[in-house]
This record gives sequence, C-alpha cells and structure tokens, in this order.
Amino acid sequence: MAKIVVEVMLKPEILDPQGQAVGSALPRLGFTFATSVRQGKRFEIEMVGDPSESQMADIQKAAETLLSNPVIETYVVKVEK
Amino acid sequence: MNLDTVSQAQIDPDHVQPFRELGLKDDEYFRIKEILGRRPTSSELAMYSVMWSEHCSYKSSKVHLRQFGEKAPHSEALLVGIGENAGVVDIGQGYAVTFKIESHNHPSFVEPYQGAATGVGGIVRDILTMGARPIAVMDPLRFGLAQAPDTKRVLPGIVAGIGGYGNCLGLPNIGGEIVFDETYAGNPLVNALCVGVMRHEDIKLAKAHGTGNLVVLFGAKTGGDGIGGVSVLASETFNDAKPTKRPSVQVGDPFAEKVLIECCLEIFHEDLVVGIQDLGGAGLSCATSELASAGSGGMNIQLEKVPLRDPSLSPEEILMSESQERMCAIVEPSNINRFLAICKKWDVTATVIGEVTDGERLNITFNGELIVHVPPRTVAHEGPVYNRPFAEPDYIAKLAASTVDVPLPITAAEIKDAVLKLMASPNLADKTWVTSQYDRYVQGNTILAQPEDSGVVRIDEQTHLGVAISTDANARWSYLNPYEGAKLALAESCRNIATSGAKPLAVTNCLNFGSPEDPGVMWQFAETVRGLADACLELGLPVTGGNVSFYNQTGTVAILPTPVIGVLGVIQDVRERTPMGIAKAGLDLYLIGQAGENFSGSEWAYLHGVMGNQAPELNLDVEQRLINLLLEGQSIFESAHDVSNGGVAATLSEMVLRHKIGAKVSLENPAPTLFAETPGQVVVAIEPTSTNDLVALAGKFQIPILRIGTSGGENLIINDADISLVELNQAFTETFPKLFG
Repeated sequence: MAKIVVEVMLKPEILDPQGQAVGSALPRLGFTFATSVRQGKRFEIEMVGDPSESQMADIQKAAETLLSNPVIETYVVKVEK
Repeated sequence: MNLDTVSQAQIDPDHVQPFRELGLKDDEYFRIKEILGRRPTSSELAMYSVMWSEHCSYKSSKVHLRQFGEKAPHSEALLVGIGENAGVVDIGQGYAVTFKIESHNHPSFVEPYQGAATGVGGIVRDILTMGARPIAVMDPLRFGLAQAPDTKRVLPGIVAGIGGYGNCLGLPNIGGEIVFDETYAGNPLVNALCVGVMRHEDIKLAKAHGTGNLVVLFGAKTGGDGIGGVSVLASETFNDAKPTKRPSVQVGDPFAEKVLIECCLEIFHEDLVVGIQDLGGAGLSCATSELASAGSGGMNIQLEKVPLRDPSLSPEEILMSESQERMCAIVEPSNINRFLAICKKWDVTATVIGEVTDGERLNITFNGELIVHVPPRTVAHEGPVYNRPFAEPDYIAKLAASTVDVPLPITAAEIKDAVLKLMASPNLADKTWVTSQYDRYVQGNTILAQPEDSGVVRIDEQTHLGVAISTDANARWSYLNPYEGAKLALAESCRNIATSGAKPLAVTNCLNFGSPEDPGVMWQFAETVRGLADACLELGLPVTGGNVSFYNQTGTVAILPTPVIGVLGVIQDVRERTPMGIAKAGLDLYLIGQAGENFSGSEWAYLHGVMGNQAPELNLDVEQRLINLLLEGQSIFESAHDVSNGGVAATLSEMVLRHKIGAKVSLENPAPTLFAETPGQVVVAIEPTSTNDLVALAGKFQIPILRIGTSGGENLIINDADISLVELNQAFTETFPKLFG
C-alpha cells in the first residue's frame, strides 16, 4: 500500500491573498516569528501496491491537469510507503 | 545591479534594445529616439512600449473614435465626457452617475477565474476613481460553441471569477448577456460594466496639478503580476538568473479592493485629493504619465520608494507591474498627514513616492539615478496614430446577395417543437445556472436584475430615484452589416431601458473586434463607429466613454464584430418600473410595433446553420416614438418585454415562465411573427380596462398595435399549438445544467 502525496503551491511570484491574511493575523495573535506566509494544498492519494512507472506518469498527468492549475501553480509528487 | 540610466543612454547610444520583442515597430522606436534626442533607457523603453500598445494608446481606433466627439449631440446631462476614467452624467436631485464597460478578454482565456475576477476589479476601480461609490456590475460574455470542450473549461472559470470577486465586494451583478458562437472559441469575450453614484460636488479627475503636491501610491504592494512581456528587458539588463519567469497572470484580492474602496470614499469625503488615478493596464507607467500629462507641469518619482511584494523586481518591472488593487493620488502637503491617517485606519499601505513639479518632464529616479526623463504627453496622450487601411470584405456582398432559406413550422405540432427547440438552445436557454452564482440583491437596492430587460437599482431611498442599465449586441447583424448592426444594438439597448420604464440618458461601449491589421476587420470597426455615432446623434444620447478590444482572433479567423452597447437610463420612481413577467391571469397581451419577416441573423436561422442576406434596416424615428410610447404608457403596463433574440416566440415564453402564468395567443401568420427577428417590437400586458389608453397612445405616437391574446392558465397556447408550462420550463432550464454540471 502506497500513499501518493501531491503538494500544490502558488508559484512564488503569484499573489497569495490567503497566505497574506494568515501572515498578517500571526503578529496580531502574538506570534512574531514569521516574515511571510504562503498557503498551498496537499492531496493524499492511496493505492494498492507501489506505483508502476506508467502509473507514476498518470499521477504526474493528473497532478498537472486536475490537481493543480499549471498557469499559476506548481506541484510536487512524492510517494510515501 | 546594472541600471540603465539616462546618462548611460547618452554614453552608449548604440546599445541594441529589444524593442521588437516589446511590440514596438521600427518607426515607433525611431520616433521615441527623436522625441528624446537619444536612445531610451530600458525603463523608458518599457513605458513607451506599453503605453503605445494598441490597448493603451488606441492607435488604430483613435481616428474613428473622434466621431463620438464630433457628432456628439448636445446633452445637458453630461458632466464629464470621453477621456477621463469614466464619463459622468447628471440624473437629477444632485446625483451624478458614472458608468463604463471594459474588456478583459485575453487574460480570461489564459486564466479564466483570475482573468474575469481582475476584469471586475479593474472596472470597479475606474468608477471609484471618478469619486463615486460603485453600486452595481454587469457582465456581457461570449463563448465558443456551448458543447465545445474549451467552453467547458473557460465558462465555469469565468463565471466563478466574476461571482467570486463581485460577491466579495458586495456589489450586485444585475445583468449582462451570454452568447455562444464558434468564432469566440479561443477568443472568449469578457466585458465588465460598473456603475457608481456620487453627488455632483464629489467628482474627481485624473490630473496632477499644483507644484509641490505629493504623489501617493496606496493599496496593495507591487509584485510581478502581469509583466510577462517586459521580462525580455529584465533578462537583458540582468545577467543573474531570475527565480522563475514572470507571470502574465494577475491575481486579484477582492477583500483588499473592498477596503480600498471604503478608504478612498473616506478620503474623498474629506476632500483630500487634487487628482486620482487607478493602476490598471500598464500600472505605474500609465498612472504617472497620465496624471502628469493631464496636469500642468512635470513630476518627480522616486521609484525605490514603491513598496514591493517581491524585492527582486527590477525598475522596469516595477514600472510595468499590473498588480491589482492599487491607486495613485495627488495630495497637497497640508493634507498628507490626514490622508495617511485614513489609510492607516483601513490598514492600507500608503507611500509618498514623488511630487508634482513646475517642469515639463516626468523624471523617475531609482536610488538617486535618473532612469526616466520624458515629456509625459508623449507617453500618455501623443502616441502613434494610425490611419489603417480598410476595405469592405468580400463576404459582405456575397452574403447580402444570398437568401435566408429556413424551414418554417406550419402545423400545431411543428410550432410546438420549434418553440421548445428554440428555448432550449444555449443562446436562449435559462441562464440561472450562471446568474445564481452572482449576488444580485446585495445592498438591498436591486429592483430588477437578470433575466429582466434591464437591471434597475435604487439610488435614493427617500425619493426612489433609480437608474436602469442594459447591455446589448447582435454580432450576427454586425457581421452582415456593421453600420446597421451598431445602430440596432443601440436601439435594442434603449428599448430595453424604456421597456423597464426608464428614460435613456447616456451610452458607453465596448467594441470587440479581430485584428486591425486586417483591412476587412478595420472596415467592420470603422462602419460600427460610424453607425453608433450617427445613431447616438439621432437619438440625442452622448457617448460617455468606452473601450476597444482588437486582436480577438485565432489565425485568420476573427470573431464576429461585437460592439457591446451599454445604455444608462433614469427612472424617477423605481416602484413604477415595469417587470417582464406576466404576474396574473386575465390581462390582454399586445404586440407593439410592426411585426416583420426578417430571418437574417436570427436565432432560428442560426439553429439551421444559415447566415446570410442583410441586417434589417433600422428606422430610428420609429424607435424613438416607440420609446416615447413606452415611457408615457408606463403606468398602464402590467408587464412588458422587448422582442429581440428568438423573436416573439422567445419573448412570450420568457414572459409566461417568469411567474408560471400561461397565455392564449392567436396569430394570423404564426411562423414569421413568432420566429422572425424584426427590431422595434415589444410585447405588453395590460388590464382590459386600459385598452382605450393604449389605443390612444398608439395613435399619438403612430405605432401599430395588435391584440394577440390574454394571460392565464398553465399552458402557452399559440393558435392550436398547446405547450404546457412544465414542458416549456423543462426545455428552457435543462440546457445549462446539462452542459456545465
């Protein structure tokens, strides 16, 4: 049983209003450590057995076409065993 | 950092610059050299290239658009005309209304959600800039065929973007259009209209007056949004690698915009600005050069003071950035502390970045080095002007000679099938799937919204003064005859306003066309402007502003010429407005206006894949009399609905489906009357006791009227064709959910 993790982030140069809102809320609540916050999303996809090479290609394709918007986002695919 | 300064440009005149990559033609580049007496710095090159682009300079359209000024009718109502961010009209009781429509077509194709969202944000800031509180938005949209895969990508994203941004701002979306045609595949049209209201004394202009006054940039920080093209310069100027390629997509933050609106209105209320300009296309380049150009002197800007979201931006990129939710104000030094205090209260970043001078140049320095030293007018208002060649394309004569030969339904069963088929077609089907994603009633002043003929909002809660807005275009008629098409669109928009009970007052437009370098497209454009200017003159309506969007084409296939015409009307008491739906049984239904047999450019012909013949010829005198009849007879109309796309069949169907109250109609000549699309017709419902009044009105204005039936029952019965409202409603409402989920 493998777990595929796809992490999607807005490209660094794209404005992230959500991250910005969190970033400005932190000091208001007394957390003064942060200089900037960016928010993304994480998908956990479970599958039976380890992914084959062609399945990995499919996962990449799904990440690029469905899970992320390649115009404004980047993604990373990881396999966790 | 290798900064290209003015002194560098003087020392190194032969430095090769990527002006072609930035979209400048050779002769345009030489003209810049002539103006400056040297080669431009890379920052100057960036500014000129973007300000002299078609989008900012109107270089292909200017020579034609002059007609809106030359043929302008005298209008007492016009307070601010073409040239400012938006026109302003007087609606009485001390109120002024500003409205404008703009395109955001290409960005919405690249990234539908953000493209459409920032389109709303941009037009709202234009309205705000005039000193007005934005009160409503509207979005005319056009897409490729409804079944096409790319439409399934683009449409839901665009609709969600408009809803997402507009709803967050708390602005009602009160109307618009959705039209499908294959020429819009790859070129969806996203036009955004906003209307705002203010008191006469609150009008603000984009001018930088008064030596020593301060230039303040406020709102969001500047990031690398929308500067894709200019990265050519950055990559040339810097040898070190950039983090990633700069995006051409701008991302909007509606909550930041909402705060900016409230902040600006408080600043306006205390009269703290001399001039103000929003940052839209071309960002700081546009705002500083336009403010300085419209003002009396020059301007000095210290570019390093601009607060950055991304510290790696080069000066060229800072000048070009299209980061959203930013404004630029000119403030007297004595008011600056109060100005900054209000910004602080709203948590809006505000920074003094320069001052107005008595010189003649716009000077921009970066850490003390002079990088821009230009006469602002040459950037903002004296760009290149092209008299592009235009010629009537061959298809015009060919189509004009063709006939529209479509099968017409004859038997009762055929008529029923035809009505159901028509009402289920994507162009006519119920648009609730879209409009239910928009907030139509927020603020509590919406009187009428989609699917009514026009959107109506209340301006004053005591006197019930209100405004009505409608946008219309019939691109198929414009394709067949662009001159008549523009007049027809204006007439339809005015008719929609009058049908709702408001008096047409002023016109805005968004002219969407293919490439101006194609003489055929240029001819379509020239004819459209001529037609619109002539019609506005004849109807006595001033054009208050507008927008031109060229290059909407894929390869050699241009979109249908699509002049979207927005008309603003005023209604003295919104409680008297006329809704479109039949609200009770026992009313008499009348067709007002002359029924005709025009099928060219009609929805019925389109459904049969037939496009040909001539656009119907419009008689503006008749239209004006019809409008006068509608306004004078307003009190007797229980409901009224304009006859346009889909003919009388669509008009009747929409009237009965609104409140699910049927009608029994008999027509002598059902097929042409129902399905033909002839301008100048309205269907009204009146109490039988008002018959004499209607007859008298028809006589007074010399408009034919025809009693066609009565309201009531649970069916729409046309002669022997009996269509249950359940069945009709199903056909009407099923289409969009089926297509888009």
